Amino acid sequence: MNAKKAKPGKLPKPERKTEKVTGKVKNATKMARAMLGRVIMGRHANGMRRVAITGMGTVNALGRDVPATMEAMREGRCGIGPLEFRDVERLAIRIGGQVRDWDAEQYFNRQQIVLYDKFTQFTLLAAREAVEQSGLVFEGELGLRSGVVLGTAAGGMNTWDENYRTVYEEGKNRVHPFVVPRLMNNAAASHLSLEYGLMGPSFTVATACASSNHAMGMAFNMVRSGAASVMLTGGSEAMLCFGGVKAWEGLRVMSKDACRPFSATRNGMVQGEGAGVFVFEDWEHAVARGADILAEVVGFSMCADAQDIVMPSAIGAERAITGAMLDAHLRPEEIGYINAHGTGTAANDKTECAAVAHAFGHHADRLMISSTKSMHGHLIGGTGAVELLACIMALREGVIAPTIGYEEPDPECALDVVPNEAREAKVGAVLSNAFAFGGLNAVIALRKA
Amino acid sequence: MTEIRDRIVQIIAEQAMLDPAELKPEMSPQDIGIDSMGLVESIFAIEEEFDISIPFNANDPENSDFDISSLGAIISAVEKLVAAKV
Repeated sequence: MNAKKAKPGKLPKPERKTEKVTGKVKNATKMARAMLGRVIMGRHANGMRRVAITGMGTVNALGRDVPATMEAMREGRCGIGPLEFRDVERLAIRIGGQVRDWDAEQYFNRQQIVLYDKFTQFTLLAAREAVEQSGLVFEGELGLRSGVVLGTAAGGMNTWDENYRTVYEEGKNRVHPFVVPRLMNNAAASHLSLEYGLMGPSFTVATACASSNHAMGMAFNMVRSGAASVMLTGGSEAMLCFGGVKAWEGLRVMSKDACRPFSATRNGMVQGEGAGVFVFEDWEHAVARGADILAEVVGFSMCADAQDIVMPSAIGAERAITGAMLDAHLRPEEIGYINAHGTGTAANDKTECAAVAHAFGHHADRLMISSTKSMHGHLIGGTGAVELLACIMALREGVIAPTIGYEEPDPECALDVVPNEAREAKVGAVLSNAFAFGGLNAVIALRKA
Repeated sequence: MTEIRDRIVQIIAEQAMLDPAELKPEMSPQDIGIDSMGLVESIFAIEEEFDISIPFNANDPENSDFDISSLGAIISAVEKLVAAKV
């Protein structure tokens, strides 16, 4: 609960003139810029609200809640192992960050399971943890002023897969009546809305590997602008089924043995599954009810490469990174840690390192950057949400999650990637990167609360 | 064996939008004008054509078990895989 101090954000260098914000400033643009950086209580001087994170929840290969996940990240434990599902023997890629021994009946009744694909189940469980931590009850006015925006790339992939089997492989001509509401990409967002009575802006975004970051960016802007008081946000993915992995296999960018981001020996990505859900809340609202503020969301930027459908662009990545810092009024040297997109493919890791080196200049050698995908795998549309946990852990506990599986330096990834072991370090502000297929980039900035 | 060669040349030429006669065995995929994604597509087409499985990782094409340094190398590697199938 660090509501007492409303730190003024700092402006990017070029605009930082010596003049004070007084009536003497005549230039309207200068005035507006200067005002943007000032914070008065829970609001920015321009009327924008500050955004607090007051709850977090997750299910992923490292654990079924936040404490278990953070413990695994601190220990540098790997959640990647042999995949277990029907027809796995027909795959060339047989490893993943799977949520092991998942038994939906442990958490949901039969009527619910009929409607909940695995990606919805993961979301609901993660949301339970997050909402419980926040202590919020969405009654009356608050329900009307709260919404949910989630990311997913494939939505109910398991439902598609199972029902295609039924009609194509087994030749049946009848499917369950709820196949459509179960597989639709907005199913998870809608079930959160139903579960908690959220009647404000609610939708799903699908931007492949950047889905969760785009969703959280939307939620941030909605609370910041005052369009909503509270947003549940994050994302989910459950693509670890025969059809899901087979499709990825086709691209030939998957590793058969391990995810080793930034290591010269890296040979591809490894898929994961799970969800991360957060409570983004109007700062004043959170302070007024005495909530424990986990971190402050301070900036977001998104852009498109407009270059290639699969190959990443360093310029696009750099624009998103720089944009997030500008939006947050953070100077590069204030960033202590970046949770990398770090997929472990040849192309992403060197492109991302080039973008970071360029965006941060000399400071690139001082900041830490790690890819937790080495532990939980790439959750595709849910990945940014689970990775935000590493950012919150860095800010709140002063522990930087490592990049595990790191074997050999790559001159094209010559940054401090926190190899193999977690590190204790105090950081005041962090970024989380996501660069999706399709050239869509989304970077979010958090500050210590 | 010449039949395998012709079928591979046909596939690669189609991918590169060239006349098969323009392709020479010593040419690398770059010489032919095939980028990394074009290579992945070509390998898929060759696998389908011969019903074989080619050990190729797009992350590190040079160090895959499958030699893609030149058209000739690709042809002899495929010939070996086809022979091993029987």
